[in-house]
Amino acid sequence: MPAGAKSEGCLATYVADARRYDELLDEKGAVRQHWKPLIERVAAGDGTGAGRRGLELTRRLIIENGVTYNVYADPQGADRPWGLDPLPLVLTAGEWAEIEAGVEQRVQVLDALMADLYGPQRLLAEGVVPTELAFGHPNFLWPCHGIKPKDGNWIHIYAADLARAPDGKWWLLSDRTQAPSGAGYALENREIVEQVLPDSIRDLGVRRVRGFFGNVRQRLLAGATVDPDEKPLAVLLTPGPFNETYFEHAYLAGQLGLPLAEGTDLTVRGETVYLKTLGGLRRVHAILRRLDDDFCDPVELRSDSALGVPGLLGAVRAGRVVVANALGTGVLESAAWLGFLPGISKRLLGEDLKLPAVATWWCGEPPALEYVLSHLDELVIKPAYPNQHFEPAFGRHLTAEARAALIARLHARPYAYVAQEHLALSQAPVWRQNGSLGLSAKALSIRVYAVATDEGFRVMPGGLARVATDAAVDVVSTQRGGGSKDIWVLAGKPADESPEPVHASPALVRQDDIPSRVVENLFWLGRYAVRCEDKTRLVRSTLAVRVDASVWRIAVKFCRDLGFVGATLDPSESLRDDRNPLGVVADVKRMAWCASQVRSRLSGSYWRVVLDLQRQLQRASIARGEPREALDRLILALSALAGFAFDDMTHDEGWRLMRIGRRLERLQFLATLLAQYLETPKAARSNGVEWLLEACDSVVIYRARYVAAPRLGPTLDLLIRDIQHPRALAFQCEAIGRDLASLSTSLGGQSVEGLGNAVPYLDDAALFALEAETADAAEERLQLAHQLRGLVLAAAQLSDRVSMRHFSHTGADARALAT
Amino acid sequence: MRYRVRHETAYAYGSDVVHSHQLLHLVPRPSPFQECEDHSIEISPINYRRRDEMDAFGNIVTRIEIESAHRHLDVSAEMEVEVHARPAVASAHTERWEDVHSSLSYKSGRWPAREVLEASRFRHESPYIRVKQAFDDYGAECFPPGRPVLACAEALMQKIHRELKYSPGDTNIATPLSEVLENRRGVCQDFAHLMIACIRSRGLAARYVSGYIRLRPAIPSADCGEGDPARLAVQPARSPEPQLDWVGAGASHAWVSVFSPPFGWLELDPTNNVHVGTDHIGIALGRDFGDVSPLRGVILGGGSHSLSVSVTVEPL
Repeated sequence: MPAGAKSEGCLATYVADARRYDELLDEKGAVRQHWKPLIERVAAGDGTGAGRRGLELTRRLIIENGVTYNVYADPQGADRPWGLDPLPLVLTAGEWAEIEAGVEQRVQVLDALMADLYGPQRLLAEGVVPTELAFGHPNFLWPCHGIKPKDGNWIHIYAADLARAPDGKWWLLSDRTQAPSGAGYALENREIVEQVLPDSIRDLGVRRVRGFFGNVRQRLLAGATVDPDEKPLAVLLTPGPFNETYFEHAYLAGQLGLPLAEGTDLTVRGETVYLKTLGGLRRVHAILRRLDDDFCDPVELRSDSALGVPGLLGAVRAGRVVVANALGTGVLESAAWLGFLPGISKRLLGEDLKLPAVATWWCGEPPALEYVLSHLDELVIKPAYPNQHFEPAFGRHLTAEARAALIARLHARPYAYVAQEHLALSQAPVWRQNGSLGLSAKALSIRVYAVATDEGFRVMPGGLARVATDAAVDVVSTQRGGGSKDIWVLAGKPADESPEPVHASPALVRQDDIPSRVVENLFWLGRYAVRCEDKTRLVRSTLAVRVDASVWRIAVKFCRDLGFVGATLDPSESLRDDRNPLGVVADVKRMAWCASQVRSRLSGSYWRVVLDLQRQLQRASIARGEPREALDRLILALSALAGFAFDDMTHDEGWRLMRIGRRLERLQFLATLLAQYLETPKAARSNGVEWLLEACDSVVIYRARYVAAPRLGPTLDLLIRDIQHPRALAFQCEAIGRDLASLSTSLGGQSVEGLGNAVPYLDDAALFALEAETADAAEERLQLAHQLRGLVLAAAQLSDRVSMRHFSHTGADARALAT
Repeated sequence: MRYRVRHETAYAYGSDVVHSHQLLHLVPRPSPFQECEDHSIEISPINYRRRDEMDAFGNIVTRIEIESAHRHLDVSAEMEVEVHARPAVASAHTERWEDVHSSLSYKSGRWPAREVLEASRFRHESPYIRVKQAFDDYGAECFPPGRPVLACAEALMQKIHRELKYSPGDTNIATPLSEVLENRRGVCQDFAHLMIACIRSRGLAARYVSGYIRLRPAIPSADCGEGDPARLAVQPARSPEPQLDWVGAGASHAWVSVFSPPFGWLELDPTNNVHVGTDHIGIALGRDFGDVSPLRGVILGGGSHSLSVSVTVEPL
């Protein structure tokens, strides 16, 4: 495409903005040199064909990868796809070199600043830094004062938010020093864009980012003291699935080869941190935390934190564990530091700061306050501390009343506020989501990552571009509903081509590193998946017999007695009933919860079905009329789960316990159903038996085996005694016994006793005698029902024994008490 | 004065506690006015790990970890402490509060004095003490322009003592300070927190002191030496019957230490409306209760629990 001919094709909708730097177009309105190859490719022909394909592929890949961004209190819930525009932001080698040098120096300064604040505090004593900045910040953690990290680094992963000013220079907006988020998304974005634009990445010489974070694990463990008989173990500490970036935690953990652990998965004993695993306690040498520092130890830090690890700080102090970023690094997350950093850099490194920060005034100094008050219209006022309830205020947008209130606030506690110059963000092309396809201009900022390595800090050649919801907005945040872009850094010289990717070795994650909590949730995932399936099947088979009034009555009574169809509800309503705690809807929710807890262990397909199940239920809840079709779809999806569980998962101990969970559940359900059926007066009637077979998904196999109309005797033979039929009681008992034996072999220690021969034994004659319409036969049926109820009880006890043996140390909740 | 103090804490749990981490502040910190001559902490169950260290504020902290299942936790601290009289300070001789505020504030390139640097640790919000306009407003009348900082603090102490009702059981440690202010009632902890909040909201420095107070005021003629300001400084609040018991005895007590240059830190007890003298035994100091609570910890298991605390202060 000739320069200047931008009005054609997909660029027709792209409008330059004189107040902003334009990433794509130069001052004359021509496409910049380094964008040309990419624009020519995506805009080939009329451009929209490739664009549409790219958008669709991106959308699909995002859903497939289950990229979700859980925005707190979002009515759409935890399941909203996270926006990615497939067109990357392109940066030249020259532009990048400046950013890289600036970010690398900046993280060095910040690391040195940490060493001073938590050590001698010289900068405070010499008046270089106001004490207000440190001591007034809620993340200045006094209990961490005097602790030196084992490896000398306070910061292991750092992120800088940058924006380009109208003059083309990159400016720093903010520092992320405690547990920077988004790195996982950056890697994920690249993975997706690589599939959308595979040739362009190669042909343009885009620098690679994969494997970049492999350095982190290495560095973490390099600083750890590992006793001779131990294998080094590092974990990623997450606040859990309720956190908005949980997906990223799971993704990063996978990329880094670290087990994903929640606070309750870890325990501190004798100043040593352990991971509670299926195989027992395993010492943890290093923790990469995604939990805010003040939440990390309820004994010494915030006592109201249920997410932390009691005693962690003691272990850090004793030098028995490396925590990254170090506890206390949150203190640097405040705009108030920005104005002081040039002086800090001079004092600590003897260097001028290379990367300018957006002009910032800390109002705690009277001259600064005076300036701010007289220039309020040009400034944004922000809180100096993260725990203030204060939304950034744009001076010029304020009403007279709000303005007066703000001024009063500034006078009352000047040190708690900063003022920043308003920076017009640069704009870049983004595919339009609605209307005719084309590119439109959106404002953006970028997040750049650096990690500590043995050779000092390294900057990732790429990152996360965050796009505002529309061009005119200058506040960019994924929490405000923006999107993201991949960043392409073009290789300048051949040496840039291969950025030392260090891959985490998967061999280092051992089977017995599975946290017990994960295994417990796998067990329950197995149980709930089967519970949902069994209940759904029973409801469907019940709806199928509506025509036969006598069976219908029995079947409906069953559903109600078992509790999952409300007492006054028609079974057809059960998919709409989200209030009944025993209903299918509630069970699907529980299953999804368990799945979310073990997400890192599930295949993509499995997870997608879990999401799909919830969507189906939502749809079913608003659809009117006969729900059999919805039930069929549910059953199909639940059967798919069973298949994925078998084919897509590693067959390790965790999986084995999940399978035990599935079988115990099926055993209990089937035994209950049979017992209840045998207790009904006309149990021998063939239309009732047919319903029973249908509910147990055994119609086809029955026909194949007995080639006869359904009868009670053969049906009981099939459902109770058959050790080859995967729906039969005997099959479950056998299989559970085998799995328990295999567990005790691989884990050692005390084994759990199975059910043995708890399945009632009846010979053929006795079975067939049950069919008779006599009082004796009825009595025999009750006898069998009684035995089956005994089996249900035995299964429940076995479930408890399994829990006691394999998950007990996850049990109790930690509580903080103080006198 | 010489005292023997016994501080007993007993937790009884409804079910087994399988793991317990505890942080104890039960050893008196060294101070120019106080010497601890004998000290012991007895703990049951007897199988535990223990480590004694100094925390960031110079307090002695004892860390305990119990790994065996237990239904009771009994911690019994015993100490013998010698408390010396403090020199009298006339509030009029302390610096004006605005000057203290300005010496505590940052000025680019100025090296803050050592004691100012130390005081600036105690000028800000802390986990239990938010700095809010309401506290500023409440204390405003005590800080007229030009008044010496200690005179302000004394006025504030009197105001709090006068206007707050001492009422055990109405608040606990989770009660927000704004609620204490609104309801005008609380215990010594709340009195101290409120006073600190008012002082900090003025940009001044104040710290929280935990300790004990003897049951009955020492008879002035016998115990208050020349230098003891406890009974002298606060004329208006003097009780008509000096033999009345001190409020806050029989349990952990808490009071406030105010940065009052040029005399440094001076301690006031808003619950009893007195300067701290030889009737008080200090244990630890910090930004608020959370830094110095006698026993804080996290337990695993335990079910419901009951707690009993007893403190006896015996003059020797």
